[in-house]
Amino acid sequence: MTTPAIPEGVKRCGSRQFLLWLGVAALVVLWGVYAMYRIWFYGLNQTNMNNAYGFALWIWADLAVIALGGGAFFSGFLAYIIGLKNVKNIINFAVILGVVCYTSALLILGLDVGQPLRGWFIFWHANVHSMLTEVAFCLSVYLGVLIIEFIPVLLENPKIQKVRFFHHLSHNMHEIMAVFAATGVFLSFFHQGSLGGVPGVLYGRPFAFREGLFVWPWTFFLFTWSAAAVGPLFTASMCRLTEAITRKKLVKDDVYHLLAKISGWMLLTYIIAKSIDTIYWATVTAPSMGFALMDFYSNNPLYNIWILVAEIAVCGFLPALILITRKGRENKKLLFGAAILAIIGLLINRWVMVLQVMAAPLMPFQEEWFMYSPAWTEVATSILPIAYGIILISLAYRYLPLFPQEKELNPGN
Amino acid sequence: MFPFLYEWHWDIGHYLFMGALGYASAVIGLGLVYCIGKSIIDTAGEDENAGH
Amino acid sequence: MEKIPSHTKKRHFGMVIDLDKCTGCASCMVACYSENNISFRDEESVKMLSTNWIQVFKLTNGKPFPDTEVCYLPKPCMQCDGKHFGHSPCVSVCPAVATDFDYPTGIVSQIYTRCFGCRYCMAACPYHARKFNWWDPVWPADMEKYLSPDVSPRMRGVVEKCTFCYHRFQRARQQAYNEGRPEDIREDEYQTACTQACPSNAITFGDLDNPDHAVYKLKNSRYAFRLLERLNTNPSVYYLSTREWVHRAADNYLEHEQPAFSEEQQA
Repeated sequence: MTTPAIPEGVKRCGSRQFLLWLGVAALVVLWGVYAMYRIWFYGLNQTNMNNAYGFALWIWADLAVIALGGGAFFSGFLAYIIGLKNVKNIINFAVILGVVCYTSALLILGLDVGQPLRGWFIFWHANVHSMLTEVAFCLSVYLGVLIIEFIPVLLENPKIQKVRFFHHLSHNMHEIMAVFAATGVFLSFFHQGSLGGVPGVLYGRPFAFREGLFVWPWTFFLFTWSAAAVGPLFTASMCRLTEAITRKKLVKDDVYHLLAKISGWMLLTYIIAKSIDTIYWATVTAPSMGFALMDFYSNNPLYNIWILVAEIAVCGFLPALILITRKGRENKKLLFGAAILAIIGLLINRWVMVLQVMAAPLMPFQEEWFMYSPAWTEVATSILPIAYGIILISLAYRYLPLFPQEKELNPGN
Repeated sequence: MFPFLYEWHWDIGHYLFMGALGYASAVIGLGLVYCIGKSIIDTAGEDENAGH
Repeated sequence: MEKIPSHTKKRHFGMVIDLDKCTGCASCMVACYSENNISFRDEESVKMLSTNWIQVFKLTNGKPFPDTEVCYLPKPCMQCDGKHFGHSPCVSVCPAVATDFDYPTGIVSQIYTRCFGCRYCMAACPYHARKFNWWDPVWPADMEKYLSPDVSPRMRGVVEKCTFCYHRFQRARQQAYNEGRPEDIREDEYQTACTQACPSNAITFGDLDNPDHAVYKLKNSRYAFRLLERLNTNPSVYYLSTREWVHRAADNYLEHEQPAFSEEQQA
């Protein structure tokens, strides 16, 4: 008797429908691949970056996907280190989302550098004082951890399980997963933080620069904290989206509620810390360099004070307050509305810490802000990871037992 | 990255950075070796049992 | 860590640019293009895509005629000493040590074959002194014959910047060594191309720490200031101006703040 490729006891759509779904995503991937070809073949003149915008859309996309992929490390921390068993019902999905996010980040970095073939210099000739070096090392090693966390899930496929060695390997890897997860948490703490350090150490850029603790600017801690807070909300939201697309309940509500509660408190503490940081920066750090707060939020077509209000109040305090209340969590619309707001808040934060830093003029005789809009090549390659993620998650959902509660929640199959 | 390279300095920054990185890599590497080794032994044990 | 070999003389090269003398003729820019094999394109109207190691800015006092005043400000790489000596904004962030602070000269180097084009240094530099090679360097056919053999052209995808014509320092040091006076380089033996090209002698170059060099006295002038000094980047390029509005235009001040220099005080 042949073993089916689809896990036992669950129902999946027909092959034709599945291929059509993948085909649509593949078209978007192809568009991105064509843009990649243009960039690697003709160079970065194919983008809208310039000498004022050495960092632009891609660096934002990198910071964003890594922060959102933070759901993997924090869920791993909760499941394996703290021992919250309920989180294990979503951990497989968090891990695969993490793999998508981190591989995307590396791909985008490979596009962003002017000499991709020299990418290994960052390891070989490492400057240990550079935040980017720390990012590169921790990010690469952590991607290895994510793949290690993903392998046992992959080996759960019924056909692969038939091979006894893989059966044992998946079992043995599960057994010591806490060790890998703990290492992953350690690495994540540093690379999430170092990504915050990337703008925070720029003492020539008053909009980005922050004082800090030893060699780490405050943004180091704020970035880690915000990724840990919002990452699980992104995992939960994507899981909910998968439920909507597959029209199936895949995870019990109490899993969502638990993640929402933890994220809510994390978000609240983060946004309080962020507010204190902003107040100190606006009243002490920036004025010491000759800048008033409103210098950064006026005389330009895009960045006004509302962007700060949106980040801190609308997409920070508001979702945090919703998520820490039981009523807020138990109302699905409020819960996922708050999650989306928090994700938008995180994206705004990463955007301003990259793009607004580049936009603000520094020399008084250069009054004009440097404005930038991305080229189609930058947009296509930034959308590519989304389509690639859809394909990878679809394949994983179809062929791997991603959700331990699926059978129980869908007994009719 | 290595002491024989131009940019290497014997300072606290390099000890901490490379030390932490080496430690993490060692934990991951040894963990993997353990899993693969134990799986080979487990599989071989099964084959032996099947033979008897 | 020994940052300067014991047999090497410590110098701190820097520049003083007298803005009251600068006419904005841009000879410094032309000389720099020629000396350092800087490539250019047919279309150079988008300045933020141009490669130039020294750029002349036009400043005005913002007043209507007849009180309008103009000042031209040449801006090379500031060769910042950094917040802590040697920790220039760009050097400390480069992940691959492709840019380094040369302790014996105080010059910030750029290693083109080491740079992999991440542009973190550009994000770190408040002066926009660093330029990225967005295109392959191309020169009109015959011009290639006139390229300087002392300076390597840069490839697409790497960052470049002013080096204070470091190859001229190497040449001067070599000559001094050959003449049996190692480490004894005279002031006139090492001058940058822009300094020599300036028709109004607005640019002075030398060792900022050597009392015998002209820059030593000039940098201590009451009219001296540096660009964006409040950022603590510690530039090695100084400017001179007797006009208060020029001092004010060189840094950021809150509404109630005044630059250290004021014309009234001087009067």
